[in-house]
Amino acid sequence: MFNKSVTDKIREAYKSWKEKNLKGIKERFTRSGIPVEVVYTPLDIENIDFFKDLNFPGEYPFTRGVYPTMYRGRIWTMRQYAGFGTAEDTNKRYRYLLEQGQTGLSVAFDLPTQIGYDSDHPMAIAEVGKVGVAIDTLKDMEILFDGIPLGKITTSMTINSTAPQVLSMYFAVAQKQGVPLTDVGGTVQNDILKEYVARGTHIYPPEPSMKLVADIIEYGYKNAPRFNTISISGYHIREAGATAVQEIAFTLANGIAYVQAVVDRGIPVDKFAPRLSFFFGCHNDFFEEIAKFRAARRLWAKIMKERFGARDPRSMLLRFHTQTAGCTLTAQQPHVNLIRVTLQALAAVLGGTQSLHTNSFDEALALPSEHAALLALRTQQVIAYESKVTSTVDPLGGSYYIEYLTNEIEEKAAEYISKIDDMGGAVAAIEKGFYQREIADSAYEYQKDIESKKEIVVGVNEFTIEEEVPVKILKVDPEVRERQINRLNKVRRERDNKKVEEALDNLRRAAEKGENLTGPILEAVKVYATIGETTEVLKSVFGEYKPVVVI
Amino acid sequence: MSLQEEQKKIRVLIAKPGLDGHDRGAKVVARALRDSGMEVIYTGLRQTPEQIVETAIQEDVDVIGLSILSGAHDMLVPKVMEKLKENKMDDVLVLVGGIIPKEDYSNLKNIGVAGVFGPGTPTSEIVKFIKENVRRKNIK
Repeated sequence: MFNKSVTDKIREAYKSWKEKNLKGIKERFTRSGIPVEVVYTPLDIENIDFFKDLNFPGEYPFTRGVYPTMYRGRIWTMRQYAGFGTAEDTNKRYRYLLEQGQTGLSVAFDLPTQIGYDSDHPMAIAEVGKVGVAIDTLKDMEILFDGIPLGKITTSMTINSTAPQVLSMYFAVAQKQGVPLTDVGGTVQNDILKEYVARGTHIYPPEPSMKLVADIIEYGYKNAPRFNTISISGYHIREAGATAVQEIAFTLANGIAYVQAVVDRGIPVDKFAPRLSFFFGCHNDFFEEIAKFRAARRLWAKIMKERFGARDPRSMLLRFHTQTAGCTLTAQQPHVNLIRVTLQALAAVLGGTQSLHTNSFDEALALPSEHAALLALRTQQVIAYESKVTSTVDPLGGSYYIEYLTNEIEEKAAEYISKIDDMGGAVAAIEKGFYQREIADSAYEYQKDIESKKEIVVGVNEFTIEEEVPVKILKVDPEVRERQINRLNKVRRERDNKKVEEALDNLRRAAEKGENLTGPILEAVKVYATIGETTEVLKSVFGEYKPVVVI
Repeated sequence: MSLQEEQKKIRVLIAKPGLDGHDRGAKVVARALRDSGMEVIYTGLRQTPEQIVETAIQEDVDVIGLSILSGAHDMLVPKVMEKLKENKMDDVLVLVGGIIPKEDYSNLKNIGVAGVFGPGTPTSEIVKFIKENVRRKNIK
């Protein structure tokens, strides 16, 4: 971006400056292994072509942002992930958050709901309502969204193996509220591949699971065109220990596998790709994170255009949600987490996120208390309305360092992706345990670096104090399981059990024939079939996954 | 004591009870214990208390490390302890790690859990604790 006589002069001056000043300065790397110089200069951006590599926001390759005006047009969606206990408990928390200015909902489901067990199943005994809200039937979903207008509020649902059931319940509630599916907006996570690698709520083997994912994507673009039918997630991969580069590489490689699975059905890419969305974490290395988001946008745009031949620019947009990094929160001196979250949230905003969850400061201790959840939301509001960082798009674009990091991350992630291609794609790489080993290695390295104080964690391995836990934490009511089972039994008694049987038979037949299962599942949940019942039908056809154990 | 007995390695089972899928901590601890010279078996996810105790018997372990971040420790850990007792395995050293509220530590210790290790614990502390407290007779 500079003429040669200028860069030659800088090159010479930089060389002598380094010789004079950098003796004895140790080399440094980001956790992704990218070398970091003491200072960056125009030399680091001399090969950048503005139109090809950066361009204006909203223009290919979208490095600077997916929309032309970004936050000048509209602030990101403030979407706090929440859910615990019964549908009543969680409905109350949602109404509170909406009253406090939250602009979207994000549902945390309990583990039995995510893994397809009804609340009275023996495997569910210790888990009902613990890490999220318990949902067994449409009845629970009706209560969860009671008084919340689904035509106005968008909802994100962290649900994967049982996404067809839970999404169907959401659609059914919207219809009951009189909102047509064409007006319902939101996001369903529906990203099974990262479950095998990092999150652990898989049920079926990869092949039928990929089919269910593609079923939703296909059903969605035809029937609910405002709904994001997948949220391809790096967050959990990152939380499991991956570096920023690994997070981007594995997430986009999974994205490639999903797009391919739908294209293989003969569906043109531009029909469904505009409804793909992404989800990333935001960790502590401030500039590496900002560059990560920029690199991911550029790399995905190229993949969609060059590999899949997308023509609609909307198919090339990497629209993403961000959550600040849960794994950076400390149980020690927990109020310090407020500062960590602020920095991470700021990086996500400077990186151009479309929606944001800020973690609560007490999350290394328990689920967020109402007070902690409020402070987390306020953190976003301060960034959005007081800091003025929203005034201009991609304010760090053109920074020598940021552009250097963006290039490096893109290049290293692309190398990983071609390695995964060589293994036969994401599913094969996961079945071989490749992602799992890479992630476990990074996690272990990080831990060792903390113990040797190569990485400093304030309050944990440095600046420690003796303290009593000064925080009032949320306790899930131990009666939740009993209340939930009572409601489940009541639904089972009062529903039309003949209709349920018919719907489950239809589902089984459709599964055996390889048909799209989203419709039959919607019919089943509408007559109050339970999550467990529909899951058992699919297990009997698809079988269950036996995981590869990698330490 | 013979040289062979002296060199017998401490055997550890790292287990994930219940439905919780967070196993970064379990895997990091497993590797750290292995690197410190112990023999480590990792169960993988979604183990019932019965399965965990069965594996502990089959593998003849000296230590069990339970990792739980879902809040289900209140019901699952007592079940593991009961099953160990039933199988006369209560000389096995049981440790719990994960997101455990401080106020639950004493309940866990009262039912026989030897140590609870929360977020931020250095793995070296866990290694040291095991070496100092392992109590099955054949280990020294």
